[in-house]
Amino acid sequence: MLMVQASLDGILLGILFALIAYGMALQWGVMNIINIAQGDLVILGGYIAYTIYLWGIHPAWGVIISPIIMFFVGWGLYKLVINKVVDRDLFISILATFGIAIVFQQLMNFIFGADVVVAQSEYGTTMLFDNSVTLPNSKIFSAFISVLYAVALVIYMKKSRLGRAIRATAQNARAAKILGVDTEKVYAATFGINAALCGIAGALISITLTLHPYVGLPYTVRSFMIVIVAGLGNLPAVAVSGMGLGLFEEFADYILGTEFRIGAVFMLLVFILVYRRFKLSKKREYLK
Amino acid sequence: MGNIKQKDLILYSGLIILGLAAPYLFSAFKVQLTYLCVLIVLAMTWNLQGGEMGYNTFGNILFYGLGMYLTASVQVGMFFPLAEWTESGGEKTFVHTTAQYFQGIGVGLLVSAIVPAVIAGAIGYAILGLRGHYFAICTLGLGIAAGEIAGGIEIIGAGQGFTTPPFPAEIVDTEARGKFFYFLSFALLIGTFVFVKYIYGSRFRLILNAIRDNEDKAEAMGIQTMKYKIVGWMCSAFFCGLAGGIMGGLIGYIDSTDVAFDGREMGVFMVLMAILGGKGTLWGPVIGATLFHFFKEGLWTLILGWQYVALGVLIVVIVVYFPEGLMGWLREKYPERFGEVIDEKDRKAQVELK
Repeated sequence: MLMVQASLDGILLGILFALIAYGMALQWGVMNIINIAQGDLVILGGYIAYTIYLWGIHPAWGVIISPIIMFFVGWGLYKLVINKVVDRDLFISILATFGIAIVFQQLMNFIFGADVVVAQSEYGTTMLFDNSVTLPNSKIFSAFISVLYAVALVIYMKKSRLGRAIRATAQNARAAKILGVDTEKVYAATFGINAALCGIAGALISITLTLHPYVGLPYTVRSFMIVIVAGLGNLPAVAVSGMGLGLFEEFADYILGTEFRIGAVFMLLVFILVYRRFKLSKKREYLK
Repeated sequence: MGNIKQKDLILYSGLIILGLAAPYLFSAFKVQLTYLCVLIVLAMTWNLQGGEMGYNTFGNILFYGLGMYLTASVQVGMFFPLAEWTESGGEKTFVHTTAQYFQGIGVGLLVSAIVPAVIAGAIGYAILGLRGHYFAICTLGLGIAAGEIAGGIEIIGAGQGFTTPPFPAEIVDTEARGKFFYFLSFALLIGTFVFVKYIYGSRFRLILNAIRDNEDKAEAMGIQTMKYKIVGWMCSAFFCGLAGGIMGGLIGYIDSTDVAFDGREMGVFMVLMAILGGKGTLWGPVIGATLFHFFKEGLWTLILGWQYVALGVLIVVIVVYFPEGLMGWLREKYPERFGEVIDEKDRKAQVELK
């Protein structure tokens, strides 16, 4: 039964990771930057949901309020810093967003305190198989909301004018510019949408898991990992590898113990990269 | 040429005399000076990697932390059972004699130089096959994973940390501890500088630069790039391990994520210092580290609590606005000083093109 428990937990968690990874893939594909502050945007989104919970509003409303606020945070961040690193070396964007991540962590530490917090959704739990598997309803809710938003975003990207402009810019920024797309605006919107996705994921994390100012980086690494396994812009693959990662994590937690959980995630990243490298080097190629 | 050599000689001997006299001149700042030496070593070895070879690594912190744990473990383990030492959590049940202390730290430093270098060689083939940002992210993962894993291993203190042996109580001179660690780190600094300077004058540097500028072409020219990349990384690991070992003894307490594998501080500092001074130059990291250390020590106390915010902002500002660093800026301004000849016609033509 432990296996069933871990599998269900892992899959539900994985859907959440996939949502964050989709945001990462979006900005990586469109703007060619790797955002180390991704996880900290997630945590910030979570704290927004937690704040409205403290005001007495049900934290589930966070999945609507948090992305709206986070969109503007992302937009502002783009105007302030990111627009200066878009066309530069990827390492510059990694370092610059690393700096942003440190600032975010510290500001969150000042504003919300260094305690581990969680917003109580009071959704209760579902018992399965003669009460041997417990499933918090909040996890089911979070997986449902993630899928809902992901589908909505895919439709939006396919149908809307902005979505078309974003996809055009991702394919060839210069050509898009010639054809009248305001790429600057597209970049800002992309980063805003990414931040909004982080906001949704954060709000869901605030009711299903726990929040702490310094736990952002593992979320960044998870989403990076999902993206390099799934590739850019391949949503089904992102979903599947997200669930795979969730499963891996839950099983690592049961087998190795909770203290090695984050270590296992980072080691998995190293192993995936090294595996891909050896596979490609047989063809005398390398990861690009 | 003779003239320049003489100037260099005066400069170097002046710096060495200053370095030797520093603990007596600024007696109250011995710990800070030790930090400065270690920071310069870390920045110079990072520069060998990120500046010369073009492999921007966040993972040198791995060797630094490894060196720290290895030195302390060897120093304790040579004379006492290690598990009981960490379990007692630094209580004075076991006491090193003076001879034991210095023997321990000597052997410990030797181990902490060799083992990280060997590990760098062992994992180098797998990791250095990655390029660009994949390498950066992979090494970032390695450094953090090492911290998380070290925090779960009981024999080196797990989450509670590891107290390194205290300086022998038989030495009455209260200044002795500070002086000992200062001269140790200063010796390491001189060793590192001489080594890096030697590399700067050698063919090895040209190969590393070729790898940085275009690895495929370097390979096509018949350079076995992988071999040189691994050797380059092993050199970095060697000195990072030593720096970590000295730092562990100085701080006196090793925590897995806050002191040893401290990616949030040391791991970022070394990158920042090298970039601030100027990547790919001999003096850049030295100047960058010195400036950074003064800035940090001067400002940290003024803006207590906000130092990480300031650090984050500093990273963004340096990276976005000064990616070439101080030496790069000087080079742009006074190219003749760096032995670059500018063709006026060519320059004008390029300006017109713009």
